[in-house]
Amino acid sequence: MSLLQEPIGSLHKRLQGKEITATDLVEASLARIQETEGKLGAFLKIDDEGARARANKLDEQGEVGPLVALPIGIKDNISTQDVLTTAGSKILGDYTPVYDATVMDKLYYAGANMVGKLNMDEFGMGSSNENSGFFPVRNPWDLSRVPGGSSGGAAASVAAGQVRFALGSDTGGSIRQPAAFCGVVGLKPTYGRVSRYGLIAFASSLDQIGPLTPTVEDAAHVLEAIAGYDHRDSTSAEVDNVKYTSALTGDVKGLKVAVPREFLGEGVEVGVKEKVKQALKVLNDLGAEVEEVSLPHAEYAVATYYLLSPAEASSNLARYDGVRFGTRVDGENLIDMYCRTRSAGFGAEVKRRIMLGTYALSSGYYDAYYLKAQQVRTLIRQDFEKIFADYDVVIGPTSPTTAFKIGEKTSDPLTMYLNDICTIPVSLAGLPAISVPCGLADGLPVGLQIVGKPFDEAGVLKVAHAYEQHGERLSAPVIGGDAS
Amino acid sequence: MTQYGTVIGLEVHAELSTKTKIFCGCATEFGAPANTHTCPVCLGHPGVLPVLNKQAVEFAIKASLALNCKIAESSKFDRKNYFYPDLPKAYQISQYDKPVGEGGWIEIEVEGKKKRIGITRVHLEEDAGKLNHSENGDGSLVDYNRVGVPLIEIVSEPDIRTPAEGRAYLEKLKQILQYTGVSDVKMEEGSLRCDANISLRPLGQEEFGTKTEMKNLNSFRNVERALEYEQTRQAEVLNRGEKVTQQTMRWLETENRTKVMRSKEEAHDYRYFPEPDLVQLLINKEWKESIQATLPELPDARRTRYIEVGLSAYDAELLTSTKSIADFFDEVTEKGADSKAAANWISGELLGYLNTHDKELSETAITAQSLAGMIELIQKGTISSTIGKKVFKELIEQGGDPSKIVEDKGWVQISDEGKLREMVAEVVAANPQSVTDLKNGKDRAQGFLVGLIMKSTKGKANPKLVNKLIREEIGL
Amino acid sequence: MSISKEKVEHVAKLARIYLTSEEAELYTGQLNDILGFAEKLNQLDTTNVEPTSHVLPMANVLRQDERKSSLDRGKALANAPEQKDGMFKVPAVFEE
Repeated sequence: MSLLQEPIGSLHKRLQGKEITATDLVEASLARIQETEGKLGAFLKIDDEGARARANKLDEQGEVGPLVALPIGIKDNISTQDVLTTAGSKILGDYTPVYDATVMDKLYYAGANMVGKLNMDEFGMGSSNENSGFFPVRNPWDLSRVPGGSSGGAAASVAAGQVRFALGSDTGGSIRQPAAFCGVVGLKPTYGRVSRYGLIAFASSLDQIGPLTPTVEDAAHVLEAIAGYDHRDSTSAEVDNVKYTSALTGDVKGLKVAVPREFLGEGVEVGVKEKVKQALKVLNDLGAEVEEVSLPHAEYAVATYYLLSPAEASSNLARYDGVRFGTRVDGENLIDMYCRTRSAGFGAEVKRRIMLGTYALSSGYYDAYYLKAQQVRTLIRQDFEKIFADYDVVIGPTSPTTAFKIGEKTSDPLTMYLNDICTIPVSLAGLPAISVPCGLADGLPVGLQIVGKPFDEAGVLKVAHAYEQHGERLSAPVIGGDAS
Repeated sequence: MTQYGTVIGLEVHAELSTKTKIFCGCATEFGAPANTHTCPVCLGHPGVLPVLNKQAVEFAIKASLALNCKIAESSKFDRKNYFYPDLPKAYQISQYDKPVGEGGWIEIEVEGKKKRIGITRVHLEEDAGKLNHSENGDGSLVDYNRVGVPLIEIVSEPDIRTPAEGRAYLEKLKQILQYTGVSDVKMEEGSLRCDANISLRPLGQEEFGTKTEMKNLNSFRNVERALEYEQTRQAEVLNRGEKVTQQTMRWLETENRTKVMRSKEEAHDYRYFPEPDLVQLLINKEWKESIQATLPELPDARRTRYIEVGLSAYDAELLTSTKSIADFFDEVTEKGADSKAAANWISGELLGYLNTHDKELSETAITAQSLAGMIELIQKGTISSTIGKKVFKELIEQGGDPSKIVEDKGWVQISDEGKLREMVAEVVAANPQSVTDLKNGKDRAQGFLVGLIMKSTKGKANPKLVNKLIREEIGL
Repeated sequence: MSISKEKVEHVAKLARIYLTSEEAELYTGQLNDILGFAEKLNQLDTTNVEPTSHVLPMANVLRQDERKSSLDRGKALANAPEQKDGMFKVPAVFEE
C-alpha cells in the first residue's frame, strides 16, 4: 500500500513516531501528480512550493493533527489566500485572493496540506468538466471520457491517487456525480452544515462544500474537520457537530430504506440499474428493510433547478465586471468595457445560464418562472419530508449513466442537464447525500446515492460505510490503460 | 390657461449612525483616506458573505417607530441588480416587498396650517461607494469606503402639494431622525440625501399626471428650488399642449435648471429577488417594545411641553430645532434656572454665537451647569444683565465657574447705597443741564446720567438702585 | 411562452454581455428548448404554495456592531486591473 493510501490511524502513529514526515507525504503526492497529471489535467495550479513549506512547518511543529498532514486538492472555486483562485474561469484568470475560505482555516487547523487547486467547470456550471475555462479533465478510468462535473478535477485527482482527498462543491450534484463517474466517495452535506464563506458562489441557496475521498471513513474524518457553525456565514446552521467517525458501526439492521421508483425508471442505463439493485441486496442482506416509494415531484426538479440556479447565478456573477479584480478588456467607455470584459471572460455555458437567469428574474417574467420554481421547490421538499417520516434513508443511483465520452453531450445543453436528474431533487431539498462506488458497469464506475434527513450525515455515512465494507470494492484505475 | 395642482413625493436616504457597516466590520467614519475602510466583504470579493449588523436593524426599527410606522413582524432582504462601478457586487442588498416599517406619517406646518404627510415605507439597505469623475474625462476613480454603510430609505406618500411643504417635510424628518439618534443627518457629508418625484394635474382631477424624478438633491434649499423649477417647467409643457415625459432628471445647481439623465425606456430592470445569503428577520413584540422604550421625547412633544411651561411658540420652535439645543435647555432648567430666562439666553445669546461662529454647541466650552449658575447670579442681583453678557462670553469661549469669573474679574454689582449716593451727587453736580431737562420731564436725561455712572463703574453699578438714587438726589 | 431573438438581445444587454448575431441565434434556440422544458412546471397547481427561498427555517442571524480590521489599501487594490491615487480606475461613465 502506498503512503497516500494508508489509513489515517496508521499514518497518525507513524507521524508521531517520526517514522515518516509530512514532507514524505507531500513528496509522494507531488511525484504522483508529476506522473499522471499530463494525462488528466486535474489541476489548475500546483502549489508545490507552498505545499513543501507547509510540510516543513508541520514537521517542525511536530504536532500531528486529525488530518495527519494529508496532501489534499482544493476545487478552484474555494478562496485560498495568496494562491491563484480562478473558479475555472478566464475572467478570474489572474485573481489571487487576499483571504482564506473558512474551510481552508479549518483544514489547516486540522493539519492537512494543500498541494494545489483543482480544475472544474467554470463557476461550477457543468456536469462534465468540459466547461472549464482552461482545459478539460479526463476520467482516470478511461481518458476518452469525462470525469463528471463540476468537481471533475477533484474526483479525477482522488481517483488517480494524486491527493488523499479533495474538497469540492455541490450545487446540483457537482460532488456526487463526478465521484460516481470516477469511482470515489463524494459527500454533499446538508445545506448549512459547512460554511460557504470563501466558496465562490454559483447558486447561493444550493451551494455546499464537501469532501471527495477514497473511502467513507475518510469522508467522515474530513467532515469532522470542516463542519460547524461559522459567524461569517448567515446560512450556516447552529447545530451540534457530530463525531462522524463514531457513526461507522456497520450496523444497518432494521434500517428503513426507501427507493424512489422515479430514480430507477426510464433513462437509467441498464448497467447502472443492475449495480444499484445489487447494492440494495447487500444492504438487505445486512438486515435493512428496502421498500419502493414515490417522489411524485421529482420529474419537475430539473426544470425547477434550471430556473432557480441560473437566476441566482446571474446575480452572483454580476460582480465580474473588470473593476476590482479579474481580467479586464478595455473599452471605449464604461459599458463597453463591462460588455467586452464579460463577453471575453465567460464561456458559452456560463453566458447561457446568465442569460437564462437574467430572463427568469426580469420584469414581467418573475412570477411565471422564478416564483413558480420556488413554489415547486417547496413541493419537492415536501415529497422528501413525507418519505422521511417513515424511512431513514433514500437510496438510488447517483447518475443515470456512467461516464460519457468527451464531446458526446456538448451540443445539447438540455440533454446534459438531464444527467443530473438523481442529484438535483436532493439539492433542492438541501439534504445530505453521499455517492459511494458500487461496482463497474462496462468497466466504468457506478455510484450509489444515499440521502439522509437534514443534518443526519452520520446516518448517511453509516449506511455508506456498511455497504462499502460488504459490497463491491473497486481496484485502482490503470490510468491510460484503456483509453480508446 | 389651465390651473394645475402639484403632487410631490420624496424619497430620503439617511445613513445610520452605526460604528460599522451593515454587513461587515469596517468602520463607517466619514472622511478617511480612499479605500482604507474596506474588506473582502464590502469589496464584493469572490466568495464573501454578508452578516447583518444588529444595531442597523434596531436603528431602522427606531426610526420607523418615530415616524409612526407599523413594524413588520416578518421582514427580509432582497437583491436589487444593476451595474455601476460604485456598486461592488453589481447588486445592492435592499428590501423589496417586506420593509421594516410601513404606513407611517409625520406632521408638518406651513404658513400656520398643520398637515399630515404619509410615510409609505422605511427600509434598510446598503450604501454605494463614491465615484470621483475626473476633470479631463479620461475616467472615474472609485472609493469604496462608503460602500456598505447602512442606510434607511424613507418613502413619502404623494401627499406633498407645494415645494414649501416639501421643504417643511424634509426639515421635520431631519429633526426626527436627529432626535432619535439614528443618523447624524448631515446633508453636506451625504448622510442625508433626497430624491423627489413631481407631477402636475389639472385642478379637480383625481388621477395623477406623469411624473419626473429628480436625483440627489444635496440641500433643503436645492430641493425647494428644483421642485419650483420643475413645477414651472411641467406647467409650461402642459400649457403648450404637450405631454410630460416620464424621466429621471438631475438638478444642476449652478445653472438653476434640471437636466435629463434617462428616460423611461432606458429605465432599469432591477430584477429583485430574495437575498439567499441572508435569513429572514422576525421582529417580535418584545424586541419592538424594547426599542420603543428607548425612543426619546420627539420634537412635537417637546415643543408642546415648552409652550405649557410658558415659553412663546417662537422660542419653543427655536429651542427644539435641534436635539442638542433642546437637551441643553432641559439641562439648564434642571440645574435650577428659570425657564424663561434660560430660553432667552439660549435662543438669543447662545444660538446667536453658534450662528456667527458656525459652531456646534459641543464645540464650545459652555456647560448647562455654568449657564444655570450665571442666570442665578443675575437673579440674585450679584451681577447685572450687562455683566451677564460678558460672563456669557467667558463661559462659551473659556468655560469655568461663573461665580469665580465674576469674582476674579471684579464684576460683582455695586449695590452699596452710600458709595453710589456719593457718585450720584457728583454726576448731578457736574451736569446741571441734564438735571434741568429731567426736572422738565425729559426722561431721556435720566438714562444719560445712569449711563455716566455705569461707565465710571464699568457696568457694575446696580442700575435699579442708581435710577432710584438719581431721582431722590434731585428731589423727584 | 417563447423567447424571441430580440428579447435574447435585450437580456444580453441587461447582463452586460455582447452577442454576435450567430450567438444570439444559437442562444435563442437553446433558451427556447430549456424554457419549453420548464413549461412542465405549469402542470402543477401551486396556488397557496409558499415559495422556498431558504431550505433552513432560520431567522435573525445578526452580528454586534463591533469593528473588525479593514484591509491595507495595498491589498484592497492588489487585484485592481487599473488604479490611481489609491482608487480603482474605470473608464468614463456615460449617463446620457
